[in-house]
Amino acid sequence: MERIYFDHAATTPVEPQVVTAMIPYFSQSFGNPSSIHWFGRENRKAIDEARTVVARELGAGEPSEIIFTGSGSESDNMALKGVASALRKKGNHIITSAIEHHAIFDTCKYLEKQGFEITYIPVSEAGLIDPLDVKNALTDKTILVSIMHANNEVGTIQPIAEIGRLLRERKILFHTDAVQSVGSIPVNVNELLVDMLSLSAHKFYGPKGVGVLYVRKGTLIDSFIHGGSQERNRRAGTENVAGIVGLAKALQLANGNLAANQVTITELRNYLIEEVLRRIDHVRLNGDRSKRLPGNINFSFEYIEGESLLLSLDLKGIAASSGSACTSGSLEPSHVLLGMGICHEIAHGSLRLTLGKSNTKTEIDYFLEVLPEIVNKLRGMSPLYDSAVRKECSGCTRTK
Amino acid sequence: MTRVIMAMSGGVDSSVAAALLLEQGYDVIGVTMQIWDSDLPYGTEVEGGCCSLGAVEDARAVANKLGIPYYVLNFQAPFREKVIDYFVAEYLRGRTPNPCIVCNHSLKFANLLDKGLSLGGEFVATGHYVQKEQDRESGRWLLRKGIDGGKDQSYVLYGLSQDQLAHSLFPLGGFEKVKIRQMAADLGLKVADKPDSQEICFVPDQDYGRFIREYSSEAVKPGKFVDPDGNILGEHQGITNFTIGQRKGLGIAAGVPLYVVEIRPATNEVVLSTNEDVFAKGLQASSLNWIAFSELLSPREVEVKIRYSAKPVSARVSPLTSDQIRVDFNTAQRAVTPGQAVVFYQGDLMLGGGTIDQAFR
Repeated sequence: MERIYFDHAATTPVEPQVVTAMIPYFSQSFGNPSSIHWFGRENRKAIDEARTVVARELGAGEPSEIIFTGSGSESDNMALKGVASALRKKGNHIITSAIEHHAIFDTCKYLEKQGFEITYIPVSEAGLIDPLDVKNALTDKTILVSIMHANNEVGTIQPIAEIGRLLRERKILFHTDAVQSVGSIPVNVNELLVDMLSLSAHKFYGPKGVGVLYVRKGTLIDSFIHGGSQERNRRAGTENVAGIVGLAKALQLANGNLAANQVTITELRNYLIEEVLRRIDHVRLNGDRSKRLPGNINFSFEYIEGESLLLSLDLKGIAASSGSACTSGSLEPSHVLLGMGICHEIAHGSLRLTLGKSNTKTEIDYFLEVLPEIVNKLRGMSPLYDSAVRKECSGCTRTK
Repeated sequence: MTRVIMAMSGGVDSSVAAALLLEQGYDVIGVTMQIWDSDLPYGTEVEGGCCSLGAVEDARAVANKLGIPYYVLNFQAPFREKVIDYFVAEYLRGRTPNPCIVCNHSLKFANLLDKGLSLGGEFVATGHYVQKEQDRESGRWLLRKGIDGGKDQSYVLYGLSQDQLAHSLFPLGGFEKVKIRQMAADLGLKVADKPDSQEICFVPDQDYGRFIREYSSEAVKPGKFVDPDGNILGEHQGITNFTIGQRKGLGIAAGVPLYVVEIRPATNEVVLSTNEDVFAKGLQASSLNWIAFSELLSPREVEVKIRYSAKPVSARVSPLTSDQIRVDFNTAQRAVTPGQAVVFYQGDLMLGGGTIDQAFR
């Protein structure tokens, strides 16, 4: 069976050039970067170079602002818990959004239990945050704002720079989870006016198990992994040298081809969206039509459970997702879609397709051929669809 | 190729059943029903039980070994609604339910079957030891005991409708358990040595009393132990802690051993008496489902099982109404328990069954 991969927001294949760059750091150059001998120094050098590359790619002031971590989730945890702990005496109020990834969302829930007050900024029906809402939520106890750059489910791109501007005037720390955007759209910490930024290598054709937290110089942040002086005492543990080298290489390659990939992937995305909306009724596109990542598509097929759709597609060789890969297996409808005011029934019928640079129009045509059959079959079994079609009812209205 | 949704628990039976279906040329998709909270803190995982929390990893490993697609499907909400709520409500009514039976006819061959059909499947298969066949004349689907008498599981499937049976497969019915274990070992399945499970999957420690206290919003109230004449013998901590025939955990000292012979939810009383009074001559049952025929019209001499582990005994079953029957045993039976199922057989043919409402002493 032909296999088609439309789940690039979950993860991406590692670029061959990245693998080539990583290979020497497994067996050949294996020293511990903290060792003072030649073997160690050789690997220290590799990390230093990678740090310089990453700093440059992100527009950071200096390499020391780059902390290598084990994942995007770890970077998010470090940013929130690290600042909360360091600035606890200054205030206990943190602002985030209603549609963050669980790495932020659940960390905020944890901090609430520790006595912090969290404000969850709502989003519009299109999945966008209004910077004014952030401004209005600020209090003299606010120590940190964390708003994601691009959403992992619906791909909406938030007005980070605008929020950054109003926070910088007030000297309030600003973190953004840029795990989905880095490598897909331009990301520059100075243009975005953020103090902290999380990213993860495997989302842009790099290896799994390595991420970055950018921390602007002078930002107070406590460490949570103790036991060594790695990463300037901010994250103990022998470095994942091959992973770090791979991350830097992947970031360089992704940014190098960014403009061209953005154009081709956006074209494919628009073609897919238009054709699905044209060929199938009772389907809606979730998230803003234009302020979204080039590869992200999120549909709700009314009167269908997303899970059934997903499994049926898998059995036809098409890999998609019903939301974040981190929450699959849970039947709770997505908090992102609910946050956008979409009702339970329709949130249940969501399907996320995330395109990457290797996808082709032929693959999309195959998908467009298979999808209507599946949708018709599933709707044929749905009593809701039957009665809705007879009543010509639109199914669901905004609940908020 | 005919597509089959194989309900996999990670145990020997469903694993070998999946392998058998593959051999028979079916397009097999493995599925595990996630029915209980997966968010328990680390370290609370328990072994055993047909649906234990460790099951998913074992089932996935088997599916990978067989090279079939495998999905974990979340059925927590319907399981709670249809099985656990029922289980708790029955205990609060002073009865002792069998949740496996309800799970089979209202979840596995209902929600899971619907899901299977939507995925292009024609059948849902399980690892139950039971044989399905079609009556040539009437066209009815029939269930016969699995040929391994010690393992027969027809009892828990008496509630299936003809439509559900039409969409079910039971690949193990024609095998002895020993043979299945052997096949598991031959296939190199790691599960070959796992012990059989019989416990209730969502109460890992089998402490039903505590489970109900913690789950239910309804308070479990202390009440009185009484003798058959109504004399008070002492105080109990709630009727949900008892089942008919129970001797342990009563906390009552008497000259002779005392047993629970009746539970009276209306007065919150638990009736204790001697072993003799634990025996019943007959019972009344309702919520009937017939498999071998559509309705019982006249009295019949049959064999009955009054609980999963009971041996079939001779009895006469007579219709009272279309959904009520009376059963008279040839010899009195111990601990006939309201809430449990009574299932009827003629030889290895399962006729159907119902839920016990009342015992006659």
